Amino acid sequence: MIGFEGPDQLSRLAVGGVGVLLALAVLGFPGARRPSGCRFIYAGCLLVCAALAAIALLALLRGGASAGAPGVQLPIGLPLGRTLLGLDPLSAAFVLIVNLSAALVSAYAIGHGLHAEEPQRVLPYYPAFIAAMNLVLLAQDAFSFLVGWELMSLTSWALVISEHRSPENRRAANVYLVMATGGAFALLLAFGLLAGSTGQYAFEAMRRATGHGLGPAVLLLALVGAGSKAGLVPLHAWLPLAHPAAPSHVSALMSGAMTKVAIYGFIRLVFDLAGPPAWWWSLPVLVIAAATALLGVLHALMEHDLKRLLAYHTVENIGIIFIGLGLALAFHASDLPLAAALALTAAIFHVFNHSLFKSLLFMGAGSVLGASGERDMERLGGLIHRMPVTAVAFLAGCVAISALPPFNGFVSEWLTFQAILLSPQLPHWVPRLVVPAVGATLACSAALAAACFVKAFGMTFLGRPRSATAATARETDGCSLTSMLLLALLCLLAGLMPGFVIDALSPVTHLLVGARLAPQAAQPWLRIAPVDAARGAYDGALVFGMILVGAGVMAFMVRRVAARALRRSAAWDCGFPDASPATQYSATSFAQPIRRVFGSVIFRAREHITMARPGDTGASRLQLELHDTVWEALYAPLIRWVAYGAERLNRLQFLTIRKYLTIVFVALIVLLIIVAAYR
Amino acid sequence: MRPGWLTQLLQAALVLALAPLLSGVTRRIRARLLRRRGSPLLQPYRDLLKLIRKEAVVADNASWLFRVAPYLILGATWAAAALVPTFATGLPFSAAADIIVIVALLGTARFLLALAGLDVGTSFGGIGASREMLFASLAEPAMLMAVFTLSVFAGSTELSSISAYMQTAGVGINISLALALVALIIVSIAENGRIPVDNPATHLELTMVHEAMVLEYSGRHLAVIELAAAVKLLLYLSLIACVFTPWGTAIAGAGVLHYAIGLAAYVLKLALLALLLTLFETAIAKMRVFRVPEFLGIALMLGLLGTILLFVSRVPR
Repeated sequence: MIGFEGPDQLSRLAVGGVGVLLALAVLGFPGARRPSGCRFIYAGCLLVCAALAAIALLALLRGGASAGAPGVQLPIGLPLGRTLLGLDPLSAAFVLIVNLSAALVSAYAIGHGLHAEEPQRVLPYYPAFIAAMNLVLLAQDAFSFLVGWELMSLTSWALVISEHRSPENRRAANVYLVMATGGAFALLLAFGLLAGSTGQYAFEAMRRATGHGLGPAVLLLALVGAGSKAGLVPLHAWLPLAHPAAPSHVSALMSGAMTKVAIYGFIRLVFDLAGPPAWWWSLPVLVIAAATALLGVLHALMEHDLKRLLAYHTVENIGIIFIGLGLALAFHASDLPLAAALALTAAIFHVFNHSLFKSLLFMGAGSVLGASGERDMERLGGLIHRMPVTAVAFLAGCVAISALPPFNGFVSEWLTFQAILLSPQLPHWVPRLVVPAVGATLACSAALAAACFVKAFGMTFLGRPRSATAATARETDGCSLTSMLLLALLCLLAGLMPGFVIDALSPVTHLLVGARLAPQAAQPWLRIAPVDAARGAYDGALVFGMILVGAGVMAFMVRRVAARALRRSAAWDCGFPDASPATQYSATSFAQPIRRVFGSVIFRAREHITMARPGDTGASRLQLELHDTVWEALYAPLIRWVAYGAERLNRLQFLTIRKYLTIVFVALIVLLIIVAAYR
Repeated sequence: MRPGWLTQLLQAALVLALAPLLSGVTRRIRARLLRRRGSPLLQPYRDLLKLIRKEAVVADNASWLFRVAPYLILGATWAAAALVPTFATGLPFSAAADIIVIVALLGTARFLLALAGLDVGTSFGGIGASREMLFASLAEPAMLMAVFTLSVFAGSTELSSISAYMQTAGVGINISLALALVALIIVSIAENGRIPVDNPATHLELTMVHEAMVLEYSGRHLAVIELAAAVKLLLYLSLIACVFTPWGTAIAGAGVLHYAIGLAAYVLKLALLALLLTLFETAIAKMRVFRVPEFLGIALMLGLLGTILLFVSRVPR
């Protein structure tokens, strides 16, 4: 009997957790029949995920399993090998991130999941989805990685189509299925290349086999395979369709957790398995990442469906994370390990942050949807009065995702900026030319994100209700509120005490780029100084304290002098208040200036205005034309070609037997000739 | 109490106390340039006091956010201003919150202000919030690009170090620094709603931005917001003074005399910058709203150009 210590024991426990989740998935079929069954399944997921997160945290704090530790071997798998599962620091970090948000999403689902129209279409797949994500993260060989990956795609597809009555959702699920298949195919090829002709599918063997020169191909395939799942431009097309189509707690899980698994796949392939990087590898990553960040946030700004807005923001955040990864790759290739560790820490920190606030925001959107039946911001408003607690939690998420201090989003962005400021050390001039432009894009997308979340919060929660359902919305249930508030608190805590997160990530950077940042716990107070204190430091708690003390001192002084009197009255509005809520600024009008400045090229935005002639009492019309340029330039022609080809090939189904035999015979001859020529 | 802490407290009190005077000075200079007599220098203090003593009128459907926001906006702006070395470097808090944090704190204040503008649900509040966020989406990256240039030069993002570095002889005249200065000036004008971008003196004009957002505020809430706006102007001028004219600033641990000199030099620099700002304001006409993004785009491009030149040409410290 092995004792209760050692990383192997932890790996074993983690694998056991995955087993329990799969068992819960089976129980989901009978459990869906009654609400208590639903609650049982979600509560089970909550417990297992919390346990998995605790296990991963323990493994991470112990520095993870040492390289080459056996982990867990299951006697199933390919004929050539067995399934290897284990928790190395990278896996542990992502298991922690994914299960933390999965646990809180499950807690939310105990309340919110009861709203599902057809629980039997959600309940069995939900635990299986979490189990599949964990399987990907625990896999130490390509076979189990890909099995987990495909299981993750399929279960999430089943969840996307769970509300299958709307044609929009069916289309989303179709697009998602095609894109997921393509992505998995790219990953299959990448692992195939790395495994070589001998078929060494264990990661350990791939790591040892260096010098194959296949790195660039693996990078490209990882960008396509993992990038399509994460939502890199131009492979993001499915994401804003599929994430909002699922029930809200599943949307939270897909945006908050599944995209992180994709990022894990990219890091595993490129940083761990592909061999030493060349200096130019970072360039495609950085350029695509910057384009992703900017395009994601601009799309989000144009959107007035709350859940689609959040989904487009996931695209933006994936861009920010990949900017960090690209920088890490550049530093790593140029043998600047400390800078690489900084950039990698920034990226994984942002992965952590995004999993927190995006889960929170999707939960908030789900609560709004449950309370008012509306996702369209043009029909919401004033919910801060009707749903005060949800409003507070959602506001915290908005501040965090807009990268504003003292919340956590700012810390990872600050770390990324610090990494950018180290990039003049890069020996090659091309990345030095590209990195400032990437930095400007990052700054621009952060500022636009703030604009977007002013819009999201302002239109949903502030102002006056724009529809009857918004005016009668009711606050959501206690379970949902508790988990949202917990997430909001975590966002704040991670912003106030970022040093703990950075320290916890140090085994990961040590594993991947061979360096650790200086321990931040040694810094005075809660300060972080990633490179050294003279280069720049940040103390979130101090900044938070200063804001609070400043506001408090001012409030105190004003109260000493001021008249306390406060009178409620009709809005002033320059003397012309209008009772109709339609006179408020709407989400579309809020975005109008930004659309005019950025959108005329990127979205080919056009406004068609038909003014009523003087004396005519008819209505004037404003028609807005927006194009999804990526879809129209890339996907629409592709779909046309495929349809055209399918149409042509259709004829093959109606031939006579003689013609079929001829075709087979000709094909045989041609193949034989090719084989003969190739020899 | 150690002298560093004393300096920090003094600085925090100073920026708050000086801010209304600064707006009084700019108004006075502007009035003189327009051949008006102008209001007394201390008028902003009286205005604030009058507003504070008045009854606050709040719209019926305003939420708690509307009433809390002014204090938080002031808190964030004040914190940012307290972090910019004015008369002495080596502020203890400055070491724990660098110039990127200052930019972000202003972002937090702006975020809250835009939300407050949307809270009552009037069209003016919306128009102001929407335009403010548009301007910010270009001004903030432009400012960060200027910050990048300065930080790469000084090898630090911390303002005290940057200021100390700019005082050393080795800096000289540099094209990147010049570009950063121009970018910073454009951003300061835009962010404070000065004339070519917004007019702090107008009301009831469709091009207004800041005034439209705070239209529903009255009484003490309005006073706090006006004070925050004044502190913000002071912050930007102090920032330019601290980085580009660091002469006279007392270094941490210097004698009392140095601190007095630093204080005098700071007030002088502020007065000079206020004069230049007002001269520029009176010499130029207000531009249409959709010309502003072009104006700010220039700042962004200049900042980016300066940073790229620096990144490519220089092997940094």
